[in-house]
Amino acid sequence: MTQPEEELVRVRQRERARLMGWLLGAFVILVFAITITKMSINW
Amino acid sequence: MATLTAQTALPADWRDLFALTKPRVMSLVVFTGLAGMLAAPQLPPLVLGFTAVLCIALGAGAAGAINQWYEADIDALMRRTANRPIPAGRMDRQSALHFGVGLAAFSVILMWMATGVLPAALLAASILFYVLVYTVWLKRRTAQNIVIGGAAGAFPPVIGWAAATGDLSTLPWLMFAIIFLWTPPHFWALSLFVRSDYAAAKVPMLPVTAGIAATRRQILLYSLVLAAASVAPWLLGLTGPIYGVAAVALGAMFVALAVAVAANKASEPSGMAPEKRLFGFSILYLFVLFAALVADRWLA
Repeated sequence: MTQPEEELVRVRQRERARLMGWLLGAFVILVFAITITKMSINW
Repeated sequence: MATLTAQTALPADWRDLFALTKPRVMSLVVFTGLAGMLAAPQLPPLVLGFTAVLCIALGAGAAGAINQWYEADIDALMRRTANRPIPAGRMDRQSALHFGVGLAAFSVILMWMATGVLPAALLAASILFYVLVYTVWLKRRTAQNIVIGGAAGAFPPVIGWAAATGDLSTLPWLMFAIIFLWTPPHFWALSLFVRSDYAAAKVPMLPVTAGIAATRRQILLYSLVLAAASVAPWLLGLTGPIYGVAAVALGAMFVALAVAVAANKASEPSGMAPEKRLFGFSILYLFVLFAALVADRWLA
């Protein structure tokens, strides 16, 4: 793998890792909100 | 080939993962799912309603990704789809499959957790129907592919309704029927002016197997049935006059455009302005019709 290709791989890994971090954070908040909502209304 | 290998060895760009989900199709699916939820007699709590719509979107995206995994060979043969991530060589098929299956499982489990077993089962059924019945079984075998397969795209309002109420009644199934009957004229209008693409990929769409004239007749026939079905919720007393007027007006416009298609004699895409008009209008039709249904529920 050439130098520019390696850099591209790193850039993509970094972008995906960052995106995955945000998505996981959003998922945790969503599950928390679902739990609180279901507890409060006995859905 | 060396270039392709080098490209596919790279981790997929997140934009290509997003493109796998067919975002434009997803927007219509989300809208009809939301319309089903908002037309229901009771609304779920905001968080649960949001989660249900999110799961419908993710499920549709998952089905789109698995569809692109399976159809990479024919996508490569059609101009309209050749630039999708897999045929363009920007992503390997296995990544697409893993992404699609993972997203499908996630969407169904999250739906189950948030809204219960019925919406989750309907979501799973719609994904399986799109992948197994439409993509794998029908699409390459019969010109009825889009007729029967259209049921997969008709599920979202039923899922949205089930997420809101926990059960089902006549109106969501009428919404299902409207989308089911809308799908053939919508896709056949498109397939008329991209017929050469489908022929090149040997996909047995109606214009390829039965010819252009027969397809135009079928479009008109389905448009008439669609216009009649779209008025049914009003005639049955399930909606008020806002929806009734919208359904009559939109149905009349749909049929008028379908008549123009049936009267068209052109066989080249350059002469298919009526087909392109009908295709464009059909998207607007579904948005406005379902928006009128929701408006009727909340304003009437």
